[in-house]
Formats: sequence, C-alpha cells, structure tokens
Amino acid sequence: MNKIWWKILAAVLVIYSTIAGLLLGVPRLAILNETIRNLYFHVPMWFAMIVLFSISVFYSIKNLNSQNETDDLKAVESANVGIIFGLLGLVTGAVWAKFTWGQFWSFDPKQNFAAISILLYCAYLILRNAIEEEQKRAKISAIYNIFAFPMMVVLLFVLPRLQDSLHPGNGGNPGFNSYDLDSRMRMVFYPACLGWILIGYWIYTIKFRIRNLQNQAQQF
Amino acid sequence: MKRILSILAFLTLFVQNIFAQNNEIEMADHLRAEGKIYVVVICIVIILLGLLAYLFSLDKKVKMLEKNSGPKN
Repeated sequence: MNKIWWKILAAVLVIYSTIAGLLLGVPRLAILNETIRNLYFHVPMWFAMIVLFSISVFYSIKNLNSQNETDDLKAVESANVGIIFGLLGLVTGAVWAKFTWGQFWSFDPKQNFAAISILLYCAYLILRNAIEEEQKRAKISAIYNIFAFPMMVVLLFVLPRLQDSLHPGNGGNPGFNSYDLDSRMRMVFYPACLGWILIGYWIYTIKFRIRNLQNQAQQF
Repeated sequence: MKRILSILAFLTLFVQNIFAQNNEIEMADHLRAEGKIYVVVICIVIILLGLLAYLFSLDKKVKMLEKNSGPKN
C-alpha cells in the first residue's frame, strides 16, 4: 500500500463527492430540506471510523500472536485516527440534529451510544498510558481492544435499534436506504464513503510512520 | 345559539391567532435559509477544520523528528 494511486483516488473521490454532493439533485423532503446532503459528509466519517477501528482490532489480534511491536503501534495509531473521525462524526451529527431535531444534544440513544463508544476508545488510550512496561502494555491493551470492538459495534448498531430514536435506521425509523436513498444519492454516497475511508487510512499510515520513527529514535 | 356562535367565532379567532403567532415565532435564522443548505456548509467546514488541525499537529511531530535527526544527516 505504499503506492500513490490510491491516495490520488481518495483525493479525487472526496473532491467529486463534495462537488457532486452540493450540486446533484436530492429528494425533496420536509424538515430535512437540503441538509439531506449531510449524508455525504456525516455518514462517511462513521464508516471511516469503523474501518480504522477494524484495522486496530486486526493488529491487536496479530500482536497477541506475533508479540511484534510494530503491530502494537499500528493498532494504537489506527485507534487514534479512528477517534478523530468519530469526533468529527459526533460534532457534525450534533449540528445536523440542531437544525432537524431541534437540539444539538437531545440525549437520543444513537447520540449517547456513539459518544460512549468513542469514550471506550479513549479509555483504550488512557489504559496504554497507564502501563509503563512495553510488553505488558501491548498485551493488555490488545486484549482491551478486542473487547472494545464488539462493544462499539453493539453500541452503534444494535442497542439504538431497540429503542425509539430520531436517527434514521433506528427504533422503527427507517434508514435512508429504505426509500430516500435513490439512485442519484447512491452515485455520490458510495464514492464519498470510499473516499473518506481511504483518507482515514492515509492519515493512519502517516501517523504510523511518524510513530515508527519516534520509536526508532528512542531506541538509539 | 347566538352565544355558542359567538364563542365559536371567538375560538376560531383565538386558534387562528395561535397559528399566526407560530408563523411569526418560526426562527428565520440565516442558517435555515435556502433550504438549510448552510447546515451542510457548517458540517463540511467542521470536517475540514478538524482534519486540517490534525494535519498541523502531525506536521509538528514530523518537524520534531527532523530536528532530532538533523545533525546526523
């Protein structure tokens, strides 16, 4: 993945989705109005976060197998970048909620659980900082990460569906894809998701390379 | 009958008044103008600001690394 083509692809997809997302036609819906275009910006943040956390848990499992320090560093850095994307998703969601639901934070199950799942990963970083010894830190934090990942999935995709929520896709509230996400929106939404996921992965590789250099500098 | 009619008239006026007030209370913020398109603009700006701030922090880290490894090269 050291090639440049996918970085260019990411840039092109994100630029395309921003321009087409603002210009192409969308369904005319009450209350939502033009904010339906936020689908191209708010939702890909969460997809990028989930992909980054998946990378994180993948390297955590790998680290438990191999005891390799680079795997541990990859797990931390992808979790780090994932938290940034999660925070961006939370803030854009709050702004969107202000103008459609009426409040920035209405203690909606989806909002609460999303915040909790980000806090879970903040706890992962705090746990790492609390342990001095490297081998022990890698092992304990990898195990924590393996538990945090399914918790995040349950908090984001299972629990909100069991309650009444204003968020589309929850509590008998149909998601966009059931009837609103028509073919026009799909043409922007899928490239937007892929583009932002690639951007997230790109930032993660840069973060990892910096961490790797720092690590080498410390050892010598 | 007359009294009922007058009460009804009063009520309809009252109800109309409420609706009229509701229309006035409607917050015509600039953010809600143009079909709330500025909400989308805010969200894009938030994402860009967040990622750019993150890039600056990464840049700072690279600078520190360059400074530490500078004399050797």
